[in-house]
Amino acid sequence: MVGPMSETTDLLVVGAGPAGLAAAVTAADHGLRVMLVDAGPQPGGQYWRHPDERYPVADESAGHHGWKVLTKLRDRLRVHRGAGHIDYRPGTQVWFIEAPKTESSPWYVYTTASVEAQPDHVPTGSVRAMRIVLCPGGYDRQLPVPGWDLPGVMAAGGVQALLKGSRTLAGRRAVVAGTGPFLLPVAVGLAEAGAEVVAICEAGNLTGWAKNVTGAVQVPSKGVEGAEYAKALVKHRIPYKTSTAVTRIDGDGQVQSAVLTALDRRGRPRSGSERAVEVDLVAFGWGFTPSMELVQAVGAETRIGSDESLIAVVDDMQRSTASRVYIAGEATGVGGAMMAVAEGELAGLGAAGDNGSSIDGARVRKLRGIIRRSAAFAQAMHHAHPVPARWTDWLTEDTLVCRCEEVTYAQVCHARDDLSADEARSVKILARPGMGWCQGRVCGFACAKIAAANEDRDLSPDDLARMSKRSLATPVSLEDLADLTLE
Amino acid sequence: MTSALPLPPTTPRVPAGPTTAQRADVIVIGAGALGAACAYFAARAGLSVLIVERGQIASGTTSACEGNLLVSDKEAGHELDLSLYSQRVWREDLAEFQRLWEFESKGGLVVARTETSAANLRDLAVRQRDAGIQVTDVAAEEISGFEPNINPELRGAAFYPQDAQLQPILMAAHLIRLARTLSPTSLLTNTEVTGLIREGDRVTGVRTSRGDYSGGAVINAAGPWASTIAQMADVSVPVLPRRGFVLVTEPLPKTVFHKVYAGEYVAATLSSDGGLQTSPVIEGTPAGTVLIGSSRERVGFDRTSSLPVLRQMAREAADLFPVLRKKKIMRFYAGFRPYCPDHLPVLGHDSRAPGLWHAGGHEGAGIGLSAGSAKLLIQSMVGERPDLDITPFTPDRFAENSYADR
Ligand SMILES: Cc1cc2nc3c(=O)[nH]c(=O)nc-3n(C[C@H](O)[C@H](O)[C@H](O)COP(=O)(O)OP(=O)(O)OC[C@H]3O[C@@H](n4cnc5c(N)ncnc54)[C@H](O)[C@@H]3O)c2cc1C
Ligand SMILES: Cc1cc2nc3c(=O)[nH]c(=O)nc-3n(C[C@H](O)[C@H](O)[C@H](O)COP(=O)(O)OP(=O)(O)OC[C@H]3O[C@@H](n4cnc5c(N)ncnc54)[C@H](O)[C@@H]3O)c2cc1C
Repeated sequence: MVGPMSETTDLLVVGAGPAGLAAAVTAADHGLRVMLVDAGPQPGGQYWRHPDERYPVADESAGHHGWKVLTKLRDRLRVHRGAGHIDYRPGTQVWFIEAPKTESSPWYVYTTASVEAQPDHVPTGSVRAMRIVLCPGGYDRQLPVPGWDLPGVMAAGGVQALLKGSRTLAGRRAVVAGTGPFLLPVAVGLAEAGAEVVAICEAGNLTGWAKNVTGAVQVPSKGVEGAEYAKALVKHRIPYKTSTAVTRIDGDGQVQSAVLTALDRRGRPRSGSERAVEVDLVAFGWGFTPSMELVQAVGAETRIGSDESLIAVVDDMQRSTASRVYIAGEATGVGGAMMAVAEGELAGLGAAGDNGSSIDGARVRKLRGIIRRSAAFAQAMHHAHPVPARWTDWLTEDTLVCRCEEVTYAQVCHARDDLSADEARSVKILARPGMGWCQGRVCGFACAKIAAANEDRDLSPDDLARMSKRSLATPVSLEDLADLTLE
Repeated sequence: MTSALPLPPTTPRVPAGPTTAQRADVIVIGAGALGAACAYFAARAGLSVLIVERGQIASGTTSACEGNLLVSDKEAGHELDLSLYSQRVWREDLAEFQRLWEFESKGGLVVARTETSAANLRDLAVRQRDAGIQVTDVAAEEISGFEPNINPELRGAAFYPQDAQLQPILMAAHLIRLARTLSPTSLLTNTEVTGLIREGDRVTGVRTSRGDYSGGAVINAAGPWASTIAQMADVSVPVLPRRGFVLVTEPLPKTVFHKVYAGEYVAATLSSDGGLQTSPVIEGTPAGTVLIGSSRERVGFDRTSSLPVLRQMAREAADLFPVLRKKKIMRFYAGFRPYCPDHLPVLGHDSRAPGLWHAGGHEGAGIGLSAGSAKLLIQSMVGERPDLDITPFTPDRFAENSYADR
């Protein structure tokens, strides 16, 4: 599975989602030799996940926004691949990054075939690169809730990936719950594919924000999307319930019902307001968790974003604090696909400029303007959609916090309260949440919150960094390691 | 000993910022295996205890090791005596708590790849038996009875029923919790000792990032950082870090049944070579993961991951347990064994700086040796005769001249 070391490339872009595609084609436009690796099987990332391109379908763009943006980027990628400017490697996952030994030597990036690799994909061995743009995206943030380990409970992004990627419905009667505007496309997508959506449960009360979903005005395209979704909600009769959360899920071997509970102003479940609805699918999204393992692997500085996620610190050319590493997309703050495209392009320009190419100053300024406005919008959005302050109130002692290692809330509290674990890392090493298959990707945020709750303090970057730092960005087989080619 | 103090029995957290001076009978620097065990035995002796820890419980080497209690890797000598004594403390004094730290008396299997090393193993076993270690020779064809998944081409093995394993992080956390139930015990986490308070030669307390604390005795249990604490008292305790990596597999159905390692490991542990040494040390854990060691290098406190070392370890593990080849490695970690050039722990009172005690330098055996070491140290502190003579480990063995004199 592991091939030999490649030639040194000018630029390695990790991730072929909105940000990575924009970065790769922009850098190639400026004459850089680019390698683009992506764990996914085809370009588009998480946002533009679409059916297998090898078996064309008439309505490839169904359910997509900004599809034209993708097709344009995809066409430019095709041209650059044809001309040998971009070496694109789908099905390839980065598992380890080694820092340059000197100011002028390359980064070493080790890759392996990803789970999505197709037989015709040729994973690279390891890559030597003078510069790196990291666009690893993110995934839905999850909060534990009693019953969330039942089959039929899914991440909203997972539901959407099934819809967009393989046109598969994850259930017939669904509730979509959590917080944030990204619940809307998931609910509408389900309804359009024929599922009944019993409700969207939005935990936020949306005061101080436009009360309705059409109110997003600072970024015109967002407003348009919002209006479209509002129409779709009406058309499919999907109730949009604010200040409401799914606080329990019941079922015998499979989701059968979900309990909807109203939340008070302080984010506490209001007792007496519980109402059970019959469903076979619960899709949860509590905002996003950026993928930070590669950011941490290169040693780039991080901070807490306005949505309480750990994000990378970058300058006005998307440069991280790690030498010759640029970061774009969700990993610098969750702001949606169009912001990711702008950041990706800016990172591509940054890498090209630092590599000695001349770049268009007006374009740089324009991109910075787009990013600034999108970031302001995203921040307002995050403030309107906070994780409820008292979400732990709906946990019971035996609610699993970590599903991989089957660690209960009581066990996490025991580590915290009886064994003096007042930081997420101590909770983790004592009670083992985050030690299993997903390595804390799912429960990291929840564990950090529970640990910090003891002292009633805000999350610190350390709390999250310790839960998201991974010695290996992804598991690698013992034989891959044993058979590794090193210089 | 000084009398009891105004420290409340359980103050897990102290508000940030300067705190007024406080006293304890014993101040323990470091909440690793050694610090936790010292706190426990001090509390059991009725002393009040203050533990000062720069990070969190077990955030040093104690959370970056494998948690074995080994006798199999020892030759006759002072360390073996301490090891056998410590075994007794784990199995007798602390018997009722074994479950809290997942104590498992699983036994160790040392294997030989060649006829020569099989012969060496048998010779070693003879000497170890004389020294009081239980060991049985295992013929080549019997090995699969112990480990069905092991490489079938091994030439011989030895089985050590006394070898055991525990979960070191739980051990440290519970010992501190238990100490609190016995005597006034406080733990200050996120608090760094920045200096020692002296009255003449005497060490009478610690200066920390949260203020000064005075104590009847100060125990240096700072693991691989012990020499820094010693320097604060102008004495030399030459503990140095020896880096080791451990690879962790995905959770598996039971695959490795004992602690299994290659005979060459014993040579590696006893070696003073500064260069890289690796030898396969493999074992399962109750959580299902398999831990793969071991490497030894002197590279200071360098945490940079080294692929050549990890690859070497992976090769040796794949050779010993071919079934592991296709299994995923989920993570790895690095720890720094606190070692002394003479490979003996540093245990006891430091007459060069009265009031200062050391408990550390146990290198790759600090988990196993912690309980015994701590019990002996506290016996000596309260003026009892230690169950085992600890003078071979005395800090006074190091150069008389202090840093200040140089
Ligand atoms: C349910 C849902 C609904 C959404 N709805 C909207 C919406 O309506 N409007 C909107 O603007 N945005 C929406 N988003 C957000 C949008 O998906 C993101 O803003 C966008 O995808 C970010 O782009 P990106 O390039 O940063 O990351 P991604 O699109 O996530 O791409 C990252 C890529 O990097 C790859 N990768 C990660 N790590 C590695 C590695 N170690 N090795 C190799 N490859 C790696 C991944 O496989 C992936 O292909 C939604 C997201 C979700 C999940
Ligand atoms: C890879 C590896 C495998 C190992 N396997 C085994 C094994 O199987 N069995 C075994 O018995 N041993 C094993 N060991 C060795 C064992 O881990 C150590 O001997 C033991 O953990 C040392 O414990 P300690 O309490 O002395 O040090 P530590 O656990 O390092 O504790 C010292 C503490 O002091 C704190 N500290 C330091 N300076 C200050 C300061 N100025 N102020 C406040 N606090 C401070 C640190 O933060 C730290 O928490 C292994 C070690 C490694 C690296």
